[in-house]
This record gives sequence, structure tokens and C-alpha cells, in this order.
Amino acid sequence: MTLAGLDHPEFARPVDPPSRWRSVLGLVLFAVYFLVYAGFVLLNAFAPTWMEITPWAGVNLAVLYGLGLIILAFVLAIVYDTACRFMSQRPSTPSGGRSQQFPEGPGGELQ
Amino acid sequence: MIYEPSAVAILVFVLFVAFTLGLSFWLGARTRSSASYFAAGGGIHWFVNGVAFAGDYLSAASFLGICGMIAFYGYDGFLYSIGYLAGWIVALFVIAEPVKRLGRYTFADALDARFNSRGIKLAAACSTLAVSLFYLIPQMVGAGALVKPLFGFPHWTGVVLVGAIVIFIVVTAGMVSTTWVQFLKGSLLVLFSLLLTVLILNRGLEVDPRYRLAEETGSDPFKERQTLTITADGRRLVNGQPQGTGPGESDFWPVGHVSRLPEGALKTGPLGPLEFLRTLQHSEVVLWSSKTSREADGSTTTTFTPRAVPGSEILRPGNSPTFKGVRSERFADKLNFLSLMLALFCGTASLPHILIRYYTVKDQAAARKSTVVGIGSIGFFYILTLFLGLGAMTSGAIDVTNSNMAAPLLARSFGEVLFALISAIAFTTVLGTVSGLIVAASGAVAHDLAVSVFRWDLNDRDKVRIGKLAALGVGAAAIVLGILFERMNVNFLVGWAFSVAASANLPALVMLLFWKRTTSQGIAAAVFVGMLASLGWILLSGDTYRDIYGLDPATSWVPFSQPGIVTIPLGFLVLVLVSLCTSRSTNTQTPAASPAPA
Repeated sequence: MTLAGLDHPEFARPVDPPSRWRSVLGLVLFAVYFLVYAGFVLLNAFAPTWMEITPWAGVNLAVLYGLGLIILAFVLAIVYDTACRFMSQRPSTPSGGRSQQFPEGPGGELQ
Repeated sequence: MIYEPSAVAILVFVLFVAFTLGLSFWLGARTRSSASYFAAGGGIHWFVNGVAFAGDYLSAASFLGICGMIAFYGYDGFLYSIGYLAGWIVALFVIAEPVKRLGRYTFADALDARFNSRGIKLAAACSTLAVSLFYLIPQMVGAGALVKPLFGFPHWTGVVLVGAIVIFIVVTAGMVSTTWVQFLKGSLLVLFSLLLTVLILNRGLEVDPRYRLAEETGSDPFKERQTLTITADGRRLVNGQPQGTGPGESDFWPVGHVSRLPEGALKTGPLGPLEFLRTLQHSEVVLWSSKTSREADGSTTTTFTPRAVPGSEILRPGNSPTFKGVRSERFADKLNFLSLMLALFCGTASLPHILIRYYTVKDQAAARKSTVVGIGSIGFFYILTLFLGLGAMTSGAIDVTNSNMAAPLLARSFGEVLFALISAIAFTTVLGTVSGLIVAASGAVAHDLAVSVFRWDLNDRDKVRIGKLAALGVGAAAIVLGILFERMNVNFLVGWAFSVAASANLPALVMLLFWKRTTSQGIAAAVFVGMLASLGWILLSGDTYRDIYGLDPATSWVPFSQPGIVTIPLGFLVLVLVSLCTSRSTNTQTPAASPAPA
């Protein structure tokens, strides 16, 4: 039987603060990375000759931008993890909020 | 090329594969004896889990395909590395957190968490099958490419060998690829790639004597072509003579040489990583292009022609057939490139077997830390692929007829033992990935299709039997396709798998998580339309016309080959339209019992 999912009480419950904070941060960091990635792809597609200039160390922009994208992904992942840990350690934030709200949820508790 | 098998290499290879398989069975048996298969993830340290991410994600196709593409065309292979890694950002920041909150383990469960809908189960099962099969093809092709230089077997032997071993594993023992084995493979792959990179940098670059002495001897090495002729009655002629190593026979000679170094140097000695790139940028490397022509007598001849390419051209995008569109004036060619990069970006988060990995950890903090370690090791590996590919390009050991063998042949240029170890690691990676995919596909058939969609009343033994039959069928299909697709770069094939996954699954996942009016009909329709549209687009594309059907690509039905940029938005559009049409009727219904926890 189908039903409109979000009217369901199971899913209409308010999201716990740390999760909401995390998802906003996640979306912001995603937007940052997406813009840098889109810049790379569009530059490749519409100005491929720009990729041949060598701004630093005799290595061209194509290689530097590419390596930069890989390193940026790692840096953003660390920023995200550090920020999440910092937030969950603040005394004002209920750290166990999630498991209280989803006592039956198998998300992390079963594992 | 014809390969002489070496006893040392075969011994090392067999021992390594046997050790890994033995360890898999041992750990698999221990996993089964514990309370629950899924609970095994809880006891694993987050660092181990993170490297296991890498073991799972870095399939042999990544390793063989990207290296081969860089070795043949330069920078373009690295574009795949960048796209594959960028996909993790979507997975970590957008999909993982909310999906984890839904508290489900698999893609199908997550999609169906709100609705208990047969339509969604059917759609999710079909898309899991399609994506698994598409992802299986490059793994099988990769297996063939590995076995060929090692044992001297033809391509199809490698494909059948992997298929048979994996079907045997899956049918007799079930899922034995545990986190620990993925950890082992992931760390070995990264460590040995690092070792190879160190060896490449230490070897430096050297001008090949053939090109150095060209002026003195008066010969022109760029006039020497290599040809492969397949006659109408199926004989293989190399350079006009039967392929072989005896008298009156001929074989391809290995390629991959530097023809000029900066400032007239003949040899660089050891180089630093940036120094290596800088030196290559100012050198000239001989690359081979191929052209196939059909003769009137029914034979086809492929001619391989050498050309000295400046390093500045090698290290810029747009040299390969896949990406040459970036230098084209046609807008459709540029769209083709954008389409592929979009599919790579969206594909990772849509691969069912990658999503599952996110849930095999204790809690959200551990999952996050694992993902950071995963992104770190995967990113590090992808940086190494640039050096591995360029190292292979200049190793003097490349088979001009097959780009997939560049990585093992590069290892061979450093000795038989390293060659055997790299081949063995890549081979076990293929085994692990293939068995995981076949288990996922057979699970989709047994659990989602038979039980949930057809509502067959099955006991556990019947379910397992159907799963094993499905594994047999999927494995057989993968073997046949793996033989058919031999000549295609495996990475190109993985790109297709990403396109299908992103088109079928991403719209449904994202809208389910972020749009409140999504309905079950909308999800099912989006998955079906995205999957069929991307599959159809690929089957009608110019690349398929040329490489699979042997037809003129200009006669294909679609304007460019990569479907993502059309079919991913199409999935969103279908989902929104169908949801809007169906939401009124379902909104008024009373909610059924809450979905049971997985």
C-alpha cells in the first residue's frame, strides 16, 4: 500500500539539532566543491588552452587543478569530520539525541 | 603481443591468489559463525573500515583502465581519476547522512523505507541488476588483460577463469569477501602502487637508442608501422606475416619510449614527483595511434603509427578519443564531455554496492572517520595513477594493441616478481569485486524480485537456491560480455556503469531525501525511465556503433555518446511530474503500519 511518506508520524518528527546542523554543513561543503569541480569541467570544455599554461613549478594548470581537486576533497572531508566532532562535544548539544529519537531505528545501533 | 610465461611469476601469482582466497574462506567461515553477518562491521576499527572503502571502490578497472588510458593518451585518463574521487563528495556530504538517518542498509531498502511498494522494489531490483551487470563487464575484461601477459593465455581464458572461480565461490560459500579482505586488498593496492611510483621516479626518463641514433644511422623510426590484419578466414597476420616468434613469423614489438628530453639530455637519473612532471612536459614521447580499415577481400587491417608528441600536449586534456570533444568546435562534442564528468560526479553515490559500505560501521562518527580515511587513500591512489600511467607510457614495455595491459606490463619492466605480485593483487581485486557484484545481483533477484515483487512463498532454502541460480546466470552473462568487449578500455566501460547508475538511482535518492511530495509511483517511474533511457542511449551511441556493432558511428541515432547530461535531468523531471500527478490521490489515504526496521 502506498502512502504519502512525509505525512507519516514516523518521518514528520523534528530532526534532531546535530543532524540538521550536519546536513546544512554538508550541503555548504558540497556546494563549495561542486563550484570548484564545475569550474574545472567548464574550463576543460570551453577554454582547453587555458589548461596548458604553467603557473607554478613548471607544471601546467591541468595537472595542478586536477591534483588540487583531489587534495581539496580530502581537506573538505577532514573539515566536515572535525566540525562534526567539535559540535557533538559541545555540552549544550545533546550528543545522544539520535538514538533517543530513533530507539527502534537500526541505523547505527544494531552494529 | 605473444607473452612468454615465466615460472617464477606464475608461482608467485598462484601462491598469492591461493593465500588470499584461503584467507577469504577462513574469515568468511568466522563471519558466518558470529551472531550476525552485519554485526561484524561493528567490531571493526574505523581506520580498517576506511581502507576497506578503498579496497571496495578501487576495482581492477580503476587500476588497469586509468593507467592504460594515461599510458596511451596522456592526461585524459586522469580526468576519470578526478571524476571518480569527486563522486565521494556527493556520497559523503549529500546522500550518506540522510540515508543513514532513514536507517536502512541497501539502496532498495532506503528507497522503499517510506513506502511498502512493489513498484519500487521491482524498479530497484532491475536497476541493481543492470548496474551490476554493466559494472561486471569491465571487471571481466580486466581479468582477461591480467591473465594474458602472465600465463600467455588468450583473453577469453582469463574471463572464463575468473567467472568460474567466482561462480564457484558464490555458489559454494556465499559472501566471503569480508571487511578484512577488502582492507588487505585496498592497502596492498595502494602500497604497491606507491612502490611502483617510487621505482618510476627513481628510474627517471631516458631517450630510447632507436630515436637517439636515428640521425647517425640514417633510419627514420617514425616510418616503422605495426599492422594487424585479420583475414576473411580469421587468420591473424602481424606486419604481413603470421603472428608468432618463429622464423617466417612476426609479432608486435613493445612500445612506449621517450624520443627527446629537455636540453638534449639522454638520461635524467632519479627525479622528484614535480620534477618528473616538469621534465616530461618539456620532452617528447612517441605515442601510437591506430586506424582500422576494411579491405575488399573481407579482411580488416589495423595500422599502428608512431608520432613524437610534445609533453606539453600529453599533459593537456583532449588527446584521447573519449575526450577529444573538448578540442572540437561542435557543441555536441563538448556536451559529451560535460555529460561524462557529470555522470562520474553523480555515479559514486548511486552505486548500490558503495552505499552498502557506508553502513558496515559502528556509528555515525565512525562512518564519517572511515569515509575520510577512504577519501584519503582513494585520492592518494588516484594521484599515483598519474605517475603510473606516465611511467607506463615511457617504460618501453607497452602492448600497442591493448591499453588495459599497460599497468602489469609497467610492473614487468621492473622484474618478474613485482609483475607477478601486481598481477596477483589486481586479480584478487577482480575476484572480490566480481563476487560482491554477483552476490548483490543475485540478492536482488532472490530477495527483491522473487519474494517482494512476485510474492512467491519461499522458505530459506528455496531463496538460497534461487539466489545461486541467479548468480550462475549473471556470472555466465558477465563471461560472455567480458569476451565480447575485449578491446574496449575498461575504464570507458566503467564510465558507462556510472552513467546508468547515476541516471537510474540518483534522482530517486535525492528527491526522496529532499522533496516532501515524492510518491512511490514517482520513484519507480524515475528509476525505470532513467535506467532504460541511459541504457538505450548507450546502445544507440556512436561509440557502441563503432566498437561493438562495427558500424559507422556517424549513422548512430544520438548526437553524442555519454547519456548522463540528458538522462539524469530526465529522471528528475519524470519523478517530479509523476509525483505531482499521483500525490493528490495518495495524500488522503491513511498511513499504513510503519515500515519494519531492516
